Amino acid sequence: MSTEYEPVIGLEIHVQLKTRTKMFCGCELSFGEEPNTRTCPICLGLPGTLPVTNAQAVQYGIMMGLALGCEIAPRSIFHRKNYFYPDLAKGYQISQYDIPLCLGGRLGDVRIHRIHLEEDAAKLVHVGASGRIHGSEASVVDYNRGGTPLAEIVTEPDLRSAEQARDWLQLLRETLRQLGVSDVNMEEGSLRCDANVSIRPKGTHALGTKTELKNMNSFRYVMQGINAEIARQTALLESGESVTQETLHFDPVSGRISSLRSKEEAHDYRYFPEPDLVPIVPTPEMMAAAEAAIPELPADREARYESDFGIPTDTAHLFAYEPTWGTYFERVAVEGNRDAKAAAIWVTELRTRLGADADPHKSAVVPAQLAALAALVAAKKVTAGSARTVLDKMVETGDHPDRIAEAEGLTVMEDSGELSQIVAKVISENPDVVEKVRGGNAKAMGALVGPIMRETKGRADGGEVNRLLREQLGV
Amino acid sequence: MLSSDQVLHVARLARLELTPEEVERFGGELSKVLDHIELIGQLELEDVPPTSHVIDVENALRADEPRPSMPVERALESAPDAAEGGFRVPSPGAS
Repeated sequence: MSTEYEPVIGLEIHVQLKTRTKMFCGCELSFGEEPNTRTCPICLGLPGTLPVTNAQAVQYGIMMGLALGCEIAPRSIFHRKNYFYPDLAKGYQISQYDIPLCLGGRLGDVRIHRIHLEEDAAKLVHVGASGRIHGSEASVVDYNRGGTPLAEIVTEPDLRSAEQARDWLQLLRETLRQLGVSDVNMEEGSLRCDANVSIRPKGTHALGTKTELKNMNSFRYVMQGINAEIARQTALLESGESVTQETLHFDPVSGRISSLRSKEEAHDYRYFPEPDLVPIVPTPEMMAAAEAAIPELPADREARYESDFGIPTDTAHLFAYEPTWGTYFERVAVEGNRDAKAAAIWVTELRTRLGADADPHKSAVVPAQLAALAALVAAKKVTAGSARTVLDKMVETGDHPDRIAEAEGLTVMEDSGELSQIVAKVISENPDVVEKVRGGNAKAMGALVGPIMRETKGRADGGEVNRLLREQLGV
Repeated sequence: MLSSDQVLHVARLARLELTPEEVERFGGELSKVLDHIELIGQLELEDVPPTSHVIDVENALRADEPRPSMPVERALESAPDAAEGGFRVPSPGAS
């Protein structure tokens, strides 16, 4: 009987902040510029220079802390994290150590351990016969990225599956995106995720030996990487071996995991306080400015749509993650006397037509007219099916739904005389069905509804059709 | 007294190559520094916050306003081995 294991996962997320300039100097951030065209004596680490902290980066850090329910440190300082590698010109990275900007906090069901500010490293371009890291003869350093402001978010080990980790990371990304502090693009590296993974026998509390999994630059890779590592650790324990604490690299192509750094390069960063930078002591003014810059965030928006508008969870989730559509939905709901459920249905229909990335506010369909369309359906003046055709026309022309329905002959037949004739005609054409219905098979009546709808081109109200059928068949 | 392994470890972190004589000498010198720290450690310092900064200044912040960067030629001027618009270095993996 084999033991069942439970994964324990914590994430470390690096976020490039969306400032104009670098963390400690006035060089503009780089977006694919020629190598080494965004440098200055400070970010090249030349002797005699002094770093000065970017106020906007601090504000973004405080905003993130407030949004994630952290405690903002009344006084935090920077540390030097020393290591020798060509991606750091100075021989150290300016980071935060034992007194980070933000402590504690929570997003969804995951606790935040801390958030700290630091600077990004430079990019190494490896040249050599193979073009790969291993075996390449030389590297060329591009310091454009060096010094880009980063916030590192560290979670508590509260995640229990790779799927949960991926979903939570998506919530974090959307939250940060709506906060406006980062582009949060995993493929471009403005959002980078490492995972600490360990497993333990289900039901126990002591943590197993963890490994740190790096280089998962998409949500899919995060999930695949963690699952691969859980499987690797499980196999180790099941064969009586043990997990070694190490840094691992996930290769998404092969799905394999390999050791990234040799043991002798184990962390020995010799942190000490950065003497060139003075402490950050957030003033009431700084706190108020950060607070004021925070918009409504996805988790809050989703809860509000469910409680205030009473729309289904999945729709509320959708509008919370796509706030442009959410805002549009709110306008339609208000125009439609807060018949929010109908508004949600028709906004979702419009979204299907325009695409999730489109801005409905710039489309031909104004909120009042979409609300009018919902009202037409609610008043049974247009069937749901016809309303979709009306919406197609609205997207094309921007015309009022009333006018379109009228002009296209899509209004529900109000003249029950005409509908009555069509029902009689269909009954006379289908004697076999009529026989079944009269014989007690009420369900068979459904076979008559289709032809009636065809005859009326979908303009008949379903309830009315049923009523007339029953009346004329005498059942 | 610092062991020679400890001295070599610190030297490796700083990418320094030491002769056996230097390992011996720095072992002695570094031990003296550590002895002094231990002397401080004997004091009652529970309520004394660490002095990370000696000047009484806070929040020296800079507005997020771009300033011109250096031309790449200037940036690479003092590079010992400039190549392909960058600083060429021995491949870190090869060391």
